[in-house]
Formats: sequence, structure tokens, C-alpha cells
Amino acid sequence: MTELLGIPVQALFGQLLLGLINGSFYALLSLGLAIIFGLLNIINFAHGAQYMLGAFAAWLALQWLGLNYWTSLLLAPLLVGMLGVLLEYTMLRRLYKEDHLYGLLLTFGLAMMIEGSFVHWFGVSGQPFSTPDLLKGGLNLGFMYLPIYRAWIIIASLALCFGTWYLIERTKLGSYLRAGTENPQLMQAFGINVPVLVTLTYGYGVALAAFAGVLAAPIYQVSPVMGSNLLIIVFAVVVIGGMGSIMGAILTSLAMGLIEGLTKVFYPEASSTVIFLVMIIVLLARPAGLFGKEA
Amino acid sequence: MSAIQSVSTEKTRSSSYKKLGYGLLLALALIAPLAIYPVFLMKLLCFALFACAFNLILGYVGLLSFGHAAFLATGGYVTGHLLSTYPLTPEIGILAGTVAATALGFLFGILAIRRQGIYFAMITLALSQMLFFLFLQAPFTGGEDGLQGVPRGHLFGLFDLENNLTMYYFVLAVFVAGFALIHRTIHSPFGQVLKAIRENEPRAISLGYDVKRYKLLAFVLSAGVAGLAGSTKTLVFQLASLTDAHWHMSGEVVLMTLLGGMGTIFGPVVGAATVVTLQNQLSSGPLSTWVPVILGLIFIVCVLAFRSGIVGELQKLIKKIF
Repeated sequence: MTELLGIPVQALFGQLLLGLINGSFYALLSLGLAIIFGLLNIINFAHGAQYMLGAFAAWLALQWLGLNYWTSLLLAPLLVGMLGVLLEYTMLRRLYKEDHLYGLLLTFGLAMMIEGSFVHWFGVSGQPFSTPDLLKGGLNLGFMYLPIYRAWIIIASLALCFGTWYLIERTKLGSYLRAGTENPQLMQAFGINVPVLVTLTYGYGVALAAFAGVLAAPIYQVSPVMGSNLLIIVFAVVVIGGMGSIMGAILTSLAMGLIEGLTKVFYPEASSTVIFLVMIIVLLARPAGLFGKEA
Repeated sequence: MSAIQSVSTEKTRSSSYKKLGYGLLLALALIAPLAIYPVFLMKLLCFALFACAFNLILGYVGLLSFGHAAFLATGGYVTGHLLSTYPLTPEIGILAGTVAATALGFLFGILAIRRQGIYFAMITLALSQMLFFLFLQAPFTGGEDGLQGVPRGHLFGLFDLENNLTMYYFVLAVFVAGFALIHRTIHSPFGQVLKAIRENEPRAISLGYDVKRYKLLAFVLSAGVAGLAGSTKTLVFQLASLTDAHWHMSGEVVLMTLLGGMGTIFGPVVGAATVVTLQNQLSSGPLSTWVPVILGLIFIVCVLAFRSGIVGELQKLIKKIF
């Protein structure tokens, strides 16, 4: 077997692939966090719980209604996104005049409630979710074996990420969003319905998390606590990248996933802490984050 | 002149009322173990001290740390490890745990105060999660099992702490000392500057205060007292476990402070008492698996309708009546 730096090439590329997959999830989640933060000025602590809700929605749809993966991939984000709209409409909007920290606290409470309820109903152990037939099997690329589903995760999440980037940076709607981030009062004065824009933005960010949850269901087990640990890593990624730039958030996420994968190859003990270490280094060297503007 | 005099007599009168109040509370705490199970009281005091430490930076500096579990756990693990490995007296163990947590507070502090607001919360959360993974892998923490059977030993080599009543009075003394330190800090000129930073940071900077140093010192103090609470808690339960390092614990201390009333002296104590009692009452009943949901609900209610907390609302009520 061929080796590179003393590591079998198969293992190296395998871990890099895993890293890229993790990075894709970080990208979808940090993108949602960044969009929500941009317009609502809150950190959505319920993001992990909403990711979990997406996965559970797909699993329950399969168990109870027999809906297939593709329907769920469309329906679950829509459903969870609507739940997000409801949360924004009934609770979050009461907090915009208060200190930003209250939004964090409220969504933390929401996360506790959502996660706690699902632990009560389903226990902490994971539920298996089978890969859709169309994406079963794999490709032999010569230097590595590529399971089709894993390739699909990367393609789907990157397409969604760059689609969102295009939407925000290159379209009329996106220009409203960016303007709303800069100065909501002025936007309102120009006759744009800012509250609706804010509600829909929250819904969209939440839907992104739910979409990531459905994507994750077949490779990770569907469990009530699948979101919370992931979210803390995504927070670190967001601190590293800074939330000022959409593209910055996507690129940082992918890079962090790859770094994590490489650490798994060369020094597995540190793989769970390496992103936090990178965060520390970035804080020391460039406190505003790699793509951030100093507030 | 007479107006000034009457103000000053009023001030002495209100401060003597306060002293009377503190005296009464202390007397109550001294006789409490006659009526209530001492181990429960000790748990309550440890969490109350933890919440008071947390309140120092959330309530008085306006910094939301989402990683205070790290200090609680560090205090607990260091004390637990030292006391189970070496023949040390408990006060040395607690001192070492507190010093370790203080040092960690300095490290976390210099990193986290580089960013503000929401980022501060995310950074402290991420750092404490990193520590959680380190504790999970480190050889001296016992991994998932934690450190069990930590000996309580003899205080100063004299008083046997295996006796729950002796232990209780020791924990009460630790709590009073920690509480007094925080009380003193808040009412010192240093504490006034902290409040100025909370109210208007740019103005505090323009007045020439080195805001970062003030924040860091407050953070380190808070971490130290949180470590003291963790060390003492380990001694009480003879156990140091990963539960203390988990982010749930960081969330719980936020809840205690918010529910009791942040930025009030007694708020965290009341909040801790409420949360700990609630957990104890519910954990044996049919609602045991719903505890996180109930805590989450309290969080939401507090944020939406009850931002001053129990003590804050009471203070408002008293001001309205008198």
C-alpha cells in the first residue's frame, strides 16, 4: 500500500473526506448563525436543537408516515423553518430592544426545552436511519473508496452554501438583507417591511440547520443530543472566522473540518480539541477573527 | 446642614438595619441543620457561592460567561485528586483547588476579554468545552467515572469532617468568607468602576480607566470563588465528576443568577436555593426526566417577563410601597 508521510494514503484521504464532511456541516450551521446574527443581532443557541429537529423530523416522517428521504429533505427544513418563524414571531421579537444577551439566554432556554423533551420521549441513544437507495454504494477512485452518500453531503451542502452566498451578495433581496444589517431604521423609512424580513431571515437560518440535520441523519445516528455538542464547535468556528462575511464563514468552516480530519490522522488524541486550540491562536493573533471587522 | 445630618443618620439607620438583617440570616443558617438535612444545605451553599461568583461578572460587569463550569470543575478535580492521592488536610486541598481555578480564570480571562458581548459568551463556552474534553481524557480525573470516595479528612488536622454537622459549619464558614469577599468587592471603589463599565464602557474608557484590566481582575476573582465553591462541593459529596464540567452546569449557574436577580447581592443565593430545591424535589418524582425542560421553561419565562429576577422584583415592590 502506498504511504504518504508514513500514513497509508487510504487512511489519509479517508480522514480528509470525513473532515470535509464535518466542515460542510459546520458551514451550513455557521452560515445560518451568521445570517441570523447579521439581522437579528442575536446568537441562536437553539441552532443545535433545530439541527436535531431536522434529523428527527426526517426519522419520524419515515417511521410514522413512510415518507422517503427526498421528501423529508424538502419537508423537514420547511417545517422546522416554520417553527422558527413562529418562535421569532411570538418570543424573539420582544427582545430586540433589550440587551443582545437576552436573545442568547432565551434561545438557550428553548434549546434546553426542545432537547429535554426529545430525551424524555426517545432517550439519549441514537436511532439508525438508512441511506436512501439512490445514494448507496461507492466509487473506487483508485487512491481511495468514496461512498456516494458522503459525496452527496459535500455537494449538497456546498451547493446550498454558495447558493445562499449568491442570494445575499448578488440579488436584490440580498441587498435588502445587507442594508437591513447596516441600518434597519433607514430601510424601514424607504418602505421596506423590516419585521417581515427579520422573521423570514430567522426562518431561513433555522431551515438551513434543519437541512443539515436531515443530511446528517444517515451517517450519524439520529439522537436528541446530536446538536448541542456540534453547536459548541460551530461557535468556536464562528469566533475564528468572525460573522462579518458569508464567504468567510463558509471557508473557515471547511478549513476547520479539514484541520480536524488531519489531526485525526496525525494525533488523534487532540482531534476533539484542535478547533478550540485554533480559536485560541486566532484570538491571540487576530482578535477580531480571520474575516471579522473590529467592532 | 440639618438636611445633610438627617441624610447621614438615615444612612446609618439603613446600614444598621442591613447589619441586623445579615445577623439574622447568619443566625438562621447556624440553626438550619436542626430542621433541614445538612448535606442538602451544604449543596445549596456550594451552588449559592458558585452563583454569587458568577453574578460578580454578569451582574456587575455585564459579561456573560458561558463557561463557568470550567472553574467549578477545576476546583473540584484538583482538590479531589490531591486529597485522594496525598495525605493532605482538607483546607490545603481546597486552597490548591481555588488557586488552580484562579490561574485558569486568568488564562480564560486574557483570551475572552479580547472580544465583547456575544463573542465573550461563545469564547468562554468553547474554552470550557475544550477543558471538558481534556478532563475526559486526562489520567487523573477518572474519565467518565470521575473521582469517587475523596476523603473529607480532618480540618487543620483537628476536626473530623466525616461528621456532617461539623462539615456543615465548615462549609458555612467557607460560604460566608466567599460571600464577604464578593460583597466587599462590589462595594469597593473597584466595584464602582466595574458598575461604570457595565453601564457605559466607552465612557469608562474616556475617563481613563484601563477597562480590560478591570474586567480581567473581576473575571479572575469570579473564577477563584467559583473554584472555591467547586473544591468545597467535592469535599461535601466526596466526588468530582464530569457533570461539573459540562456546559449544562454553565447554563444552570446562568439560570440561578437570572432567576434570583442579577446584579443584586442576594439574588444568586435565592436563585440557587430555588433551582437546587426544585431539582431535589423533582428528581425523585414522576417528573424526573422533565427537569431540563422545566429549567428551560423557567429560563424563557425569566427572559420574557421577569428580567429582574425574584430579588429584583421584590426590591421594586418594596420601593413602590415605601
